[in-house]
Amino acid sequence: MVKSKLSWLVPATVTGALVPFASIAWRLSQHRLGANPIATALNQLGLLSLIFLCASLSCTPLKIAFAWNWPLRVRRTLGLCAFFSVVLHFLVYLVLDQNFVISAVVADISKRPFIALGFAAFVCLVPLALTSTKRSLARLGFRRWQLLHRLAYAIGVLSVLHFYLRVKVDHTQPIVYGLILGLGFALRAIAKLQKSRAVRARESTRHAKQGSA
Amino acid sequence: MRNSPRPPASNEITAPELYTRRREFIKSGALFVGTSAAIGAGLTALSNMGSADPPAAPPPLPTAVPGAAPWRIDKRGRFDTSEPKTSYRDITTYNNYYELGFSKSEPAESAFHLKSQPWTVRVSGEVEQERTLDIDTLIRWFGLEERVYRMRCVEAWSMVIPWLGVPLAELVKKLGPTSRAKFVRFTTLLDPEQLPNQRSSVLSWPYVEGLRIDEATNSLAFLALGLYGVPLPGQNGAPLRLVVPWKYGFKGAKSLVDIRFQEREPETTWSRAAPSEYGFYANVNPGVDHPRWSQASERRIGELSRRKTLPYNGYAEQVADLYRGMDLARYF
Repeated sequence: MVKSKLSWLVPATVTGALVPFASIAWRLSQHRLGANPIATALNQLGLLSLIFLCASLSCTPLKIAFAWNWPLRVRRTLGLCAFFSVVLHFLVYLVLDQNFVISAVVADISKRPFIALGFAAFVCLVPLALTSTKRSLARLGFRRWQLLHRLAYAIGVLSVLHFYLRVKVDHTQPIVYGLILGLGFALRAIAKLQKSRAVRARESTRHAKQGSA
Repeated sequence: MRNSPRPPASNEITAPELYTRRREFIKSGALFVGTSAAIGAGLTALSNMGSADPPAAPPPLPTAVPGAAPWRIDKRGRFDTSEPKTSYRDITTYNNYYELGFSKSEPAESAFHLKSQPWTVRVSGEVEQERTLDIDTLIRWFGLEERVYRMRCVEAWSMVIPWLGVPLAELVKKLGPTSRAKFVRFTTLLDPEQLPNQRSSVLSWPYVEGLRIDEATNSLAFLALGLYGVPLPGQNGAPLRLVVPWKYGFKGAKSLVDIRFQEREPETTWSRAAPSEYGFYANVNPGVDHPRWSQASERRIGELSRRKTLPYNGYAEQVADLYRGMDLARYF
């Protein structure tokens, strides 16, 4: 019942997610991205990647905080949007910004911490995107699949650091996204703590009953 | 559906299941459209933050200073580049002027806060006579000279700008520094009413830059009052700013209110904020990377592919002698 009621949610998320990409492409073609369109496109795609990552990583915390189930239905979609955005971000960097000069890219990654962090996040995202299907989940087994997909937390942290180190003076935005991630981590930790405490409480009452019997 | 005693035409009416499904379909459709529109608009707005589009219409070319005669170019620079000039639109909508906005497009939008008339500049410190100058005096003393210079930003982009102004070397000579004047300090206006971001503490205000006295008296050093033949727009540092084309753009302090001659090296804003990233000299040098980006190449605004960055931004012939024997990796 609930399932059929929300059948529009994933298509709506995908459609909405395509809007900013279309907007960047359209403005690029219309020379509306300013004097340095490559830098603007690069920055906007990077920010978009971080927004998708934070949105995807906020699904579980939203479920914990409000007992909503619908966020879990768009979590994978949002994660894949983040991957798509990161791929475009990297391609703009590689092709338009660095003109495919591989030596310059290698030097950038090895010499500059902020680029190394961003690149690490991109590399970590690849296995997650590749194992995002139900079939991969079945093949890996839930435990191992879950372990692998915990990489998403590291990717979130790497991405925020990448952004923070890139910004010259006004760190408001990276801090805000960092706080969103941090809040999500805190909610997860609290939920986990409560769960283990509940289990322990149940066990101790059982022991108490057994003891009195 | 059950048969009623009197079977009416209602039999031919759509079955209730289809009915409700149709309603659900419309509802789902509306939810789909509404949600995708909201997600699309939200994502576009969020990803635009910090890099808003420049205005669609190019900024109007400001007219000459009201009440004054239209500006006439009296002289042309000896070291003008013949490279294509960056457009007036790009020069005036892609700016680093943090006091007016942290993004590139924001300074052009908030430049109206800056009232560049009337304006005076205080000359102080180790000079024959401390004094206060206005813009007209500068023009009367030296006439207006056009200098087409490359401008290389520390962020690895560059422009070609036709500045209009007065040679700093001649001004320094006229002001008569004493023998103890080893450095010149340039200070931007401090007024949060006119430069709103001075209310934020991301950098220490006012913005301060400095030159060694022999750098200030080099024939390339320039005080710009205009560009493309018209007075400087606020976002470019109205009404006068420093232009030192062999150094990274941040050395060019804007909206100057104070020029001070002094014995000690002035503490400059960026090297105070991040000493490992920005030095006092800040000479364009492809061999010494900024910790966060390579300085080996640059993107000329308006061009697609990168070009190699030249030592001293291509002005080595005029300035390399100033730094003979200095370790440029140490004095970056």
